[in-house]
Amino acid sequence: MTTADVFSAPRDPYKLGHGHEPSRPHAPGHGEGGPAPTRVIVGFGFWIFLLSDVVMFAGFFAAYAVLHGGTAGGPTGAQLFDLRNTAIETACLLLSSFTCGLASAAVGARRSTLFYFAMTTTFLLGASFLALEVREFEGLVARGAGPTRSAFLSAFFTVVGCHGLHVAVGLLWLLTMMAQVHAKGFRADILSRFLCFSLFWHALGIIWVALFTVVYLWGAQP
Amino acid sequence: MFGKLTWSAIPLDQPIPLVAGATVGLVIVGVLGWLILAGHLPYLWREWITSVDHKRIGVMYTLLGLVMLLRGLVDAIMMRAQQSIAFHSNGYLPPEHYDQIFSAHGTIMIFFGAMPFMIGLMNFVVPLQLGVRDVAFPTLNSVGFWLTATGALLVNLSLVIGEFARTGWLPYPPLSQLQYSPGVGVDYYLWAIQISGIGTLLTGINLVTTILKMRAPGMSYLRMPMFCWTALASNLLIVAAFPILTATLAMLTLDRYLGFHFFTNEAGGNVMMFVNLIWAWGHPEVYILVLPAFGVFSEVISTFSSKPLFGYRSMVIATMSICLIAFMVWLHHFFTMGAGGTVNAVFGIATTIIAVPTGVKVYNWLFTMYGGRIRFTSPMLWSIGFMVTFVIGGMTGVLLAVPPVDFVLHNSLFLVAHFHNVIVGGVLFAAFAGYTFWFPKAFGFKLHEGWGKAAFWFTLIGFYAVFMPLYVLGLLGMTRRMQHYDVPQWRPWVLAAGIGMVAVVAGMICQVIQLFVSVKRRPDLRDATGDPWDGRNMEWATSSPPPAFNFAVLPQVQGEEAYWAIKHRAREQASLRDLPDYEFIKMPRNSPTGFVCAFFATLMGFALIWHIWWMVALGIVGAWVTFVVFAWRDIPDYIIPAAEVARIDRANHEVRLEALATYAGPRP
Repeated sequence: MTTADVFSAPRDPYKLGHGHEPSRPHAPGHGEGGPAPTRVIVGFGFWIFLLSDVVMFAGFFAAYAVLHGGTAGGPTGAQLFDLRNTAIETACLLLSSFTCGLASAAVGARRSTLFYFAMTTTFLLGASFLALEVREFEGLVARGAGPTRSAFLSAFFTVVGCHGLHVAVGLLWLLTMMAQVHAKGFRADILSRFLCFSLFWHALGIIWVALFTVVYLWGAQP
Repeated sequence: MFGKLTWSAIPLDQPIPLVAGATVGLVIVGVLGWLILAGHLPYLWREWITSVDHKRIGVMYTLLGLVMLLRGLVDAIMMRAQQSIAFHSNGYLPPEHYDQIFSAHGTIMIFFGAMPFMIGLMNFVVPLQLGVRDVAFPTLNSVGFWLTATGALLVNLSLVIGEFARTGWLPYPPLSQLQYSPGVGVDYYLWAIQISGIGTLLTGINLVTTILKMRAPGMSYLRMPMFCWTALASNLLIVAAFPILTATLAMLTLDRYLGFHFFTNEAGGNVMMFVNLIWAWGHPEVYILVLPAFGVFSEVISTFSSKPLFGYRSMVIATMSICLIAFMVWLHHFFTMGAGGTVNAVFGIATTIIAVPTGVKVYNWLFTMYGGRIRFTSPMLWSIGFMVTFVIGGMTGVLLAVPPVDFVLHNSLFLVAHFHNVIVGGVLFAAFAGYTFWFPKAFGFKLHEGWGKAAFWFTLIGFYAVFMPLYVLGLLGMTRRMQHYDVPQWRPWVLAAGIGMVAVVAGMICQVIQLFVSVKRRPDLRDATGDPWDGRNMEWATSSPPPAFNFAVLPQVQGEEAYWAIKHRAREQASLRDLPDYEFIKMPRNSPTGFVCAFFATLMGFALIWHIWWMVALGIVGAWVTFVVFAWRDIPDYIIPAAEVARIDRANHEVRLEALATYAGPRP
């Protein structure tokens, strides 16, 4: 009696609900080939985290969609949003995604000078983005259009501010990452960590695209 | 310097919390003193507090769950006692205290009782069943546990420093807004749940990655044990639902702390948005709890019926259907919102549809038992008790899913009886079944059966005695959360429920005695082979308790019920497989990261509640520094030499050979 026969033993003669699959022994991480390599596990886990982060943003987006008409007699998006500023912010963030890609390429080629250069540029672009956003917020508050003015502005400041907070955390991570590469070199665990960082940074770019479409372009319509 | 915190935060004028707090404080000081004097502290630090071993973390989660279940039970006793007395009188609990108790009861039972218990079981069992050595991210696992413990600590701290929320277990605005809840109660709730929610999310990410990317060679999806499937579904729900909770509570926090207008009555805020968002998390949360429970029952019923699980594939489909439909029914929690007949009908129908896969599961369990050689051990008793109880609870749920009925019964005790019927009968019974079932795996000896059975019968009878009267009371029009009442028709039923509480408490006392008796008599209850129940999945293939590395050699899985196949072959040939060539094993090193991080999270949470801003900054910086220090480590693993692996594995091999030689059961 072979192992396969065990399952067709008399207790379950018709194999009710007990199927078998063709064997795929050489596919690590796909079930049959045993646990996946660490790099794959780390990247995959981080993707799951990013998805959960996107769900959190979805909550704030939903709140914005519900509340964007709740201006309580205060200023509307059309009166407040400066699309030129938003365009510059967008350019900064998307360019920083490009330079972050360059840093990835530098890591792949193990070229540290290019890596530091690309990361520094990414940092400067990200910091400029953040500075523009802070300036925009300051301007709004100075005009009496702070987050406490109306539900619409509460939702606006929260969804945009949450993205800004992510960028700030990303910048802190970026600096820590550079220090790590400097101290430890291109070690395997550092490479996985950099992979996560770059995924995070690109995800922020994607969320920003949704932000400036839903919040700014849609909100700026009269 | 200390924000809003002054000496008046300690309720010196209220004897009940003060005495309770002092008792708990004395117990903690006593236990700590004993640990230090007996010299156990270094061992605890080395082997448990800093452990990144999924088994140890699983045990600690379960212990936290057990302790918090006791705490929640005390709240329940106080509420039943209050309602038993408070007929035409004020009872012994003033309203503001009674309100805190029912809020704390719900919060503690769901977030710090049921959740850690289920997560503990998944943490402990899933890697063993998958035939691997640990979860995907062991240190993150430890961080997740300690953040959950932080949340539990904050909630319990509110007993003696300040107050807890008076808003119910979900802080609905406008009641939870600063204007109507000016104290720190809601803030305790918010920060405790946010911090422990991060811990839960980390666990979710960890277990999803583990199940999808780390399985023993040969274990394809359709060879995974049912508990792993339900764990996968539950953790997918955690990853998809908990961020909604985080976002929602963040909005409420902004309203309270910075004067935002998400859920306010004025300036365009929308109160019903809170209710929608919170239930978009809250309903999946129900399934986050009950799906692993279904997994536990699948394992227990199949093992003690000595049969493979009936309809494995239909069970997988049912599990994943529930996982999906869980997100499409949230509105049934507030049909009375007034969304209109069409919307209510859609959600009512979706809710009745979710009963279909659940029914599939119940029939599969029944057919698993049918024709089996059933052993009525205490885990099996919990499972059978569950099937009867859960079906009743499910049917009252389908009743409530009919919008016109819900308009009558909304927020009545009928609803309270319904959700206790499914959560106690589903989740809690599973928790106890799983606890008894896997206890020998974790500690190497079984729990005492006599006390276990006594606990089951008391709990079952107590459950019916408490909650069946609540159904009647609901139909008689009694609403939930009443501090006192003056309707004479309600009186006998309220008293009946109060008396039923005695049996529930007797059940819990039996559980505590069971643990003490079992520890004392552990030589008699020893599980020598590692397979005390004639089990079917990989967790029974290793010794009890399993070595740090779980499996000396990763098993080659060749079908469903991987271990059953191996055991079957061994019995057939009356010999075990030959000893393999042992190799050294790399395991992750222990790390205090989780504990230190939780320390700073506690500081930060407490400081945020009391507006001590310098301490908030200290907490954030501390947590970041902890992570950087962890990221800076150079040696993440330690090596267990091949000789050591061989020594441990051979010992188990020999007991198993002995057991095989004396095996007297049916031969294949």
